[in-house]
Amino acid sequence: MADISIRNVAKSYGKDSIMQGVNLEIRNREFVVILGPSGCGKSTLLRMIAGLEAITAGEIAIAGQVVNDLEPRQRGCAMVFQNYALYPHMTVAENIGYALKVAGVGRAERRAAVERVAQSVGLNEFLDRRPGQLSGGQRQRVAMARAIIREPRVFLFDEPLSNLDAKLRVQMRHEIRRIHNRIEATSVFVTHDQHEGMTLADRLVVMNKGTIEQVGTPEEIYDHPASVYVGGFIGSPAMNFLPGQVSAARAAVVLGDGQVLDLPRDVATAADGQLVQVGLRPEQLTIVAPGTAELQARVDFVEELGSGRLYHLLVEDLPLTVLSPDKHALRDGDAVGVTVRPDALHLFGAESGRRIDARGARVAAPQVVPA
Amino acid sequence: MIERTPVLNALTHVILVTGLLLLLFPVWIAFVAATHDMTAVNTAPVELWPGDQFLVNLEQAWAISDMGTKFTNTVIVAVGVVVGKIAVACITAFSLVFFNYRGRMLVFWLVFITLMLPLEVRIVPTYAVAANALSPFQAMLDATGLTALIATLSGVQVNLEWNLLNSYTGLILPLVATATGTFLYRQFFLTIPDELVEAAKMDGAGPIRFLIDVLIPLSRTNIAALATIMFVYAWNQYLWPLLIITDRANYGMVAVELGTLVPDQFTTGGGTPTWHLAMAGTLIVMVPPIVVVVLMQRWFVRGLINTDK
Repeated sequence: MADISIRNVAKSYGKDSIMQGVNLEIRNREFVVILGPSGCGKSTLLRMIAGLEAITAGEIAIAGQVVNDLEPRQRGCAMVFQNYALYPHMTVAENIGYALKVAGVGRAERRAAVERVAQSVGLNEFLDRRPGQLSGGQRQRVAMARAIIREPRVFLFDEPLSNLDAKLRVQMRHEIRRIHNRIEATSVFVTHDQHEGMTLADRLVVMNKGTIEQVGTPEEIYDHPASVYVGGFIGSPAMNFLPGQVSAARAAVVLGDGQVLDLPRDVATAADGQLVQVGLRPEQLTIVAPGTAELQARVDFVEELGSGRLYHLLVEDLPLTVLSPDKHALRDGDAVGVTVRPDALHLFGAESGRRIDARGARVAAPQVVPA
Repeated sequence: MIERTPVLNALTHVILVTGLLLLLFPVWIAFVAATHDMTAVNTAPVELWPGDQFLVNLEQAWAISDMGTKFTNTVIVAVGVVVGKIAVACITAFSLVFFNYRGRMLVFWLVFITLMLPLEVRIVPTYAVAANALSPFQAMLDATGLTALIATLSGVQVNLEWNLLNSYTGLILPLVATATGTFLYRQFFLTIPDELVEAAKMDGAGPIRFLIDVLIPLSRTNIAALATIMFVYAWNQYLWPLLIITDRANYGMVAVELGTLVPDQFTTGGGTPTWHLAMAGTLIVMVPPIVVVVLMQRWFVRGLINTDK
């Protein structure tokens, strides 16, 4: 049992505050991914859980025990580092078994444990090699084996895949998920790669500038981004944003150039008169003949993707991208129509940047996830 | 830089070979002088080719200056300096790089300053301390009035004394107290990635464990480099032993002993100079540092350029 409670945690270096009042509950055996751009404080949060970084304010509890003043080794966490951080002078076996050696486990028992763990990550033929003789993927496996062997309550990953090439990254991603399912630990995984985040997470935590923007399942975060920031960060190609104003009378949002997008009546009523950003996902828009849809646009240019095309359009002079598997024969400058599904329209306050729906600005509440 | 420049290549080789010859010529002359008898050595012009008296001269030089004892002494001192220096440098640099404490920079600069004050510069105060290693503490007690206090209270006159003259300790300690090794170690420790330190922390290793299991094995080449430098440095010591060792028969070091072989009015009393013996002695004394450098060369170079990672 190792749930992690992060309560009002803040971090500052001298006068520079880099994290303010972060609250997060991570349940036992959950796989949580902390996602954010570099410098958003996600690694710092992870390192505070690990005990490698002092906590300026607030508290972190693992399995009900406040760990603020505990040494890393007393917290029952294992960590996989971005640069693997293997001991270069030790063999793979010694690297994996080092934690047990420090803990005073006997040689024979240690050897058995090392072999068992090495087997599980496919390293048993490399046990006598040095890290310098291994490839990036193999080193990453050693780093994971080193973490697994301690049978940690909490498994921490600090961008472990960013030094691998694209193919290997996908492979290791699957492996990490399998390991998580097999060992009974709580996993916290930090990354700036939204694909890793979306695919691995039971729950996703999106961070920005030292605060948590949204917590939810990947699906929730994709379907109901809590802010302009989350909407723009999650999804590829990125979400389109068009400024407009809500009109309850017309049950619609009126864009800057006078075009009108229909809104559900309750939303329009709740947000009547507000200046908003309309968020539209490129993959949820459809290109149709000009004049037959709610939104009129011109073609700026088109990118071929093989599986489909990425159409860069202009609405008045604002960019709007549409991702479509259909290959329309369009030339630059052609006029087109764009249909917007009502459920694919996200409204955000122009100033607050927060999501607007029938209940007004909505902050994502913690959701129940099957553990 | 990879370029095809045959002329430059040839030129650099010429410079290299010239330099080598300039360096080797005196050694050659010493060797040649050590192979002739006294008459041949003292006849002009200088002999450039070896004679047949080499072994005789070596034996005589060894016997005259009692090299057996001196070699033992010098090896003891050199090994002591090497071990002491490595231990002190390693621990100091460990503290300076991996711990964050008040006054860390002050310590660092104090160590740094000793770089600019080699033993030769501070030889008089160092001698004073060696004559009584506890004198600084005595001075502190005197200055604070504690000596007088203790004298009035208990009637005992505090008189701390620890004489290091004519001892191995006295020979070794001042040579250990230099900053070069600390610097070499500090630079190496700074190249250790933070993540390695953190990985060790996560694995449950405390600082001492980390030092022994990770840092020391990783700094093997540094140890070799430092050991080589310090061995040669200690082996060649002249001024310091000359100053503090009056009991030459028991504590004499080889470099000082060579002085007794070099002919002047004390050794030959104005008679014919015994250059052949002086040179034979020089050759004998040169051997151990050369052996150490040759054996350690591979490690030595790697340790200084820090590529073994």
